[in-house]
Amino acid sequence: MTPFFRKKKDIPLGLWMKCPDCSKMVFTKTFEQNQNVCPECGFHIRLTAEHRIQLLVDEGSFEELASDLEPRDVLHFNDRESYEAKLKRNQAKSGSTEAVRGGRALLDGRPVNICAMDFGFMGGSMGVVVGERIAIVAEDALERRVPLVVIATSGGARMHEGALSLMQMAKTSAVIAKLREAHVPYITVLADPCTGGVSASFAAQGDVTLAEPGALIGFAGPRVIQGTIKRTLPEGFQRSEFLVDKGYVDRIVPRKKLKEEIATILDYLLPREVIEETPPEETPPEETATERVGGEPAPEEPASEEPASQATGEAVITPAAKTDADGESKNDVAKEDQANDVRST
Amino acid sequence: MADASKSPTTGKRSPVEMATCLPFERTILALERKIEELKSIPDVDLNGELQPLEHRRDRLLAEVFGKLTAWQKVQVARHPHRPQFSEYVAGMCEDWVELHGDRLFGEDRAMCTGLARIGDHRVLIVGHRKGRETREKLACNFGCAHPEGYRKALAKMRLAERFGLPIVTLINTPGAYPGIGAEERGQAWAIAENILAMSTLQVPVLCIVIGEGGSGGALGIGVGDRVLMLEYAYYSVISPEGCASILWKDGSRAEDAARALRLTSDDLLKLGVVDEVVPEPLGGAHRSPDAMVEALKGAIITHLDELSAMDPDERLEKRYARLRSLGNGIEPLDPPEGGEPSPA
Ligand SMILES: [Zn+2]
Repeated sequence: MTPFFRKKKDIPLGLWMKCPDCSKMVFTKTFEQNQNVCPECGFHIRLTAEHRIQLLVDEGSFEELASDLEPRDVLHFNDRESYEAKLKRNQAKSGSTEAVRGGRALLDGRPVNICAMDFGFMGGSMGVVVGERIAIVAEDALERRVPLVVIATSGGARMHEGALSLMQMAKTSAVIAKLREAHVPYITVLADPCTGGVSASFAAQGDVTLAEPGALIGFAGPRVIQGTIKRTLPEGFQRSEFLVDKGYVDRIVPRKKLKEEIATILDYLLPREVIEETPPEETPPEETATERVGGEPAPEEPASEEPASQATGEAVITPAAKTDADGESKNDVAKEDQANDVRST
Repeated sequence: MADASKSPTTGKRSPVEMATCLPFERTILALERKIEELKSIPDVDLNGELQPLEHRRDRLLAEVFGKLTAWQKVQVARHPHRPQFSEYVAGMCEDWVELHGDRLFGEDRAMCTGLARIGDHRVLIVGHRKGRETREKLACNFGCAHPEGYRKALAKMRLAERFGLPIVTLINTPGAYPGIGAEERGQAWAIAENILAMSTLQVPVLCIVIGEGGSGGALGIGVGDRVLMLEYAYYSVISPEGCASILWKDGSRAEDAARALRLTSDDLLKLGVVDEVVPEPLGGAHRSPDAMVEALKGAIITHLDELSAMDPDERLEKRYARLRSLGNGIEPLDPPEGGEPSPA
């Protein structure tokens, strides 16, 4: 099994790894057995969507929805590389066709729908297909009246699909509104980082909002804010703990306890009879392709930090404000050491 | 009942007085200056000389504004003399009653809400306010709202919903404010809640991008039954400067970014992001603010007539269908004009 983080050049392949946060050398197996949380300092390494789902759902229970939808280059977007080429590169690297995967699953025996995002795929940015997949999985949850769990990590809306990406905020929110009206529980888990158009739409609309420890969560990225206000940001600003203090996150839950806590919370939110019911038979919906995830090897090098996403909070006020929209996902320096860079901002 | 915010006039400014001049408007402005000079000469009949000049000016305006690049349109959208919220309210509304405060934290001058009558329609108007003079701009934070601005908008929209008043939003912001206080008070949560709530508001909701449609800050009051856009407004996932600095690693490549982002009204109409483009007067809204206000008033009344006549359930179903299909089944646009931007 390969580790789910970017290997550093100075680390012997696979055997040992250096924690991106505390820099201690840790036996890779130990790291993996600890849900990719550093046994020394508790740092939560970013995971692929597939891996996040695996950690939460019962083995073999995940049926992917809408995996046949693939992103398209509707705008003919070219910056230093064509969007099409960028997509192909990210698809090959991540083993996923988009920055989110979702479907039906069992969580500790409870039928749920689940989506997980992958920051390694173009900074977890939301384009049309990311929005559409979330909408499909959420609508399916509504129809089945099963809870929706979304693990959100993203730099924001994807620039390469222009205003269509922005509109996915409206699309996903419209479906979440229906879940709310129907009293179908919706739990969000905010993972590092979660900013921009994703944080300002479905990620911030949970009935219960959980966060992984130490995750960067906010509307604008720290770099944009710093460029705007020309002041150093306070220690711990926009981290999960800060969001709890300010009243925007219900609970910080370490990865190890996530499944258990979600199950407990769901038991409070679901009507009594639903909990006691046996799971309904899992028939895939007719109109969307389903596909089992699992067994595929994890990508060798996920999470190249594509300059792909942006925190939607970007506003042009001062020239300095124009420098960056998300301190994380598009820093050249960060290319080789993404996690370290994020922690330092 | 009127209050102080009705003060800005919609009186036509002479273009000659314009302190600022967009680079592509220079020849037009020179011509306009000449016309003004001729007109100012007393007691001389210069019609023979004036008319050809005026014709030339109009031809030039049509020519220049007929082929503005995306970046030039962004500049028009940001023009300091472009009509803003206050001018629209003053010019198209009767009985304007501004309502302040979000009942949670405070008052945000970057977001303006109030009751008004447009034609026969009694409505709630919500809009970004940028301010015109320096002190006003500072008070309005240059149109960049804080969470309390979005929460004020939502509180007043709920009020409108309770009393059956249709909602008209006027969007004009570089973006929601990225600052410490804004983050501490949950900017992401405030915007997310507005977007969600606006998808289910029981009353008609009509949104109009009148100038800058700056990403999430614009969308925070931009979800409704129909979205209109003025011809030279822009609406984008990110500012061209921000996009350029991220993707081109060079903020000065904003022109390339503006072209790539497809943020103009004609492209956004094709993409289904907006439902209708409201044409601007010859030479842009800043050249004839009164005509622009009048044109928008007409468009608003037409749409409010239609939306108000609809069965509420049907209206909500259609709104959901519109939101749910955003970005789906879109024909790829033709490649952007001006060719592909060169690699950095
Ligand atoms: Zn560590």
